[in-house]
Amino acid sequence: MDIIRGVFKMPRLWWLISLILLVLLATLPLYGSAYTVILITAIIMYVILTVSWTMFFAPTGYLSLATAAFFGIGIYTMAILGEQLPLLPAVIAGGLVSFVVALIVGAITLRLRGVYFTIFTFGLVELIKHLLLFWEINVTGTRGRFVVLENNNTIFGVILGIFVVLMLTYYLLRRSKYGLALRSIGENEEAAAHLGVNVNLLKVFTFALSAFFMGAAGAIMATRWTYVDPYVAFNVLHSFLPVLMAIFGGMSQLYSPIIGAVIFAYIEEQLLTRFPEYFMLIFGVILVVAILYLPNGLVGLVRKWWQKGLREENVNS
Amino acid sequence: MLDINHLDTFYGKAQALWNISLSVDKGEIVALVGSNGAGKTTLLNTICGLLHPASGSISFLGERIDGLTPHAIVELGISHVPEGGRVFTSMTVRENLEMGAYTYHAWKRKDETIKQVYQVFPVLKERERQLARTLSGGEQQMLAVGRGLMSRPKLCLFDEPSYGLSPILVAEVFRVIKSLREQGITILLVEQNVRQTLEVADRACVLENGRVEVEGACDRLLTSDYVRKAYLGL
Repeated sequence: MDIIRGVFKMPRLWWLISLILLVLLATLPLYGSAYTVILITAIIMYVILTVSWTMFFAPTGYLSLATAAFFGIGIYTMAILGEQLPLLPAVIAGGLVSFVVALIVGAITLRLRGVYFTIFTFGLVELIKHLLLFWEINVTGTRGRFVVLENNNTIFGVILGIFVVLMLTYYLLRRSKYGLALRSIGENEEAAAHLGVNVNLLKVFTFALSAFFMGAAGAIMATRWTYVDPYVAFNVLHSFLPVLMAIFGGMSQLYSPIIGAVIFAYIEEQLLTRFPEYFMLIFGVILVVAILYLPNGLVGLVRKWWQKGLREENVNS
Repeated sequence: MLDINHLDTFYGKAQALWNISLSVDKGEIVALVGSNGAGKTTLLNTICGLLHPASGSISFLGERIDGLTPHAIVELGISHVPEGGRVFTSMTVRENLEMGAYTYHAWKRKDETIKQVYQVFPVLKERERQLARTLSGGEQQMLAVGRGLMSRPKLCLFDEPSYGLSPILVAEVFRVIKSLREQGITILLVEQNVRQTLEVADRACVLENGRVEVEGACDRLLTSDYVRKAYLGL
């Protein structure tokens, strides 16, 4: 009951703005071009990866580079189950398989701290990629797989649905005592344990929860790409980009990683189509500037200006 | 209330506690004193489940608790205020207190308990919305004690609550500990501040090199030659 009551405690204005944006997005296929729908689908995919990564990193400080692994597991779940299961169950299956793998990996690795954890999660992507490649070549005798194609508007609807469920989950997590406990783990695990927090269980479960959304996003995106192989599915860029997008946008507010991911993904798309040869160069410069001058991300900067503005207004009046 | 029998605890292969037996009765203040490295903190960490004994037993209210996880032990009613307080510096004072009520039963009564803690420490109410890192050392220690009370414990373990505080604040901490006993909370107190501790506590246990060296009523220890020589410098 606490959880349900929590939903209604959010300021009305925020609910209104979120609802209007959501309606605008949900009705996009009615007024937007096919290209816009595809573009927004790609952007929402990055938003999901970024927010679910932030959900674990922001409170605990555990930097995971396993995003591509869970995303890829979702892709392959869809490639294998897509013909047997209807679309939605297959997407949920993609999330669940990632969830279970994350539980196992988390139970083994979350005792590691700092840079060791990060390196292990990075290794996980490569490990799964090469295991899968070995299996496909030696056992199934293929290198890639075809995935059942879905209608672009259906894909858009599903990915929007995943995004909404993710945002509600993250919002409730942040407000609950478990969100508070995750932050206390980020500050001092031993002190958190002293207070009765089941540190390992909470860390592993939250890690798996974030993997669920990454897996579900992978499953639905597989139906857009139609052909997948281990190199496409387990692309390490899907581990790095969410980290950079979250740094770019900031992580203090619920919406900051969204803003980072939207702007970043849009810039990426524009650079890729307009300046394909300078893409990585321009991208790199933007990143360096963001890391050097935006310690709290774009949202942190705007909030600073906003508060400064308010203060000056108070002085003048 | 708390019964410790023939306890041995190891750090890896090094034995830190040797055959410790100790009991704490309801409503008592029992002090653990001894020099650095005597095993006082190790004993507290073993009681609250962060370390597991190699042999021996610990019972709380008649129930074996060695082998339980720290969160199960907090749920039973033992709260631990660790050395140096360890408050969460980038969380607000109120959030720190709420974390103290993390266990299932305490969480339901947390608003009521916070009011009681604010009565004991009015300064925490004033600073409710501030980040804990903006508090002075003494205030942080108050916050740590307040956070320890949030789980509504029956037994409170204090690890050097006076460490690093000015004499006035040390007196304040001892005053608070006495007032907790009046509210019915049993206390096991680890201290280096031997004289003041022996004046506040009912019984004391002197640890040395992981063993119980002397144990007894405080008024008796204060006059014993051994304690006077070794800890009071008389």
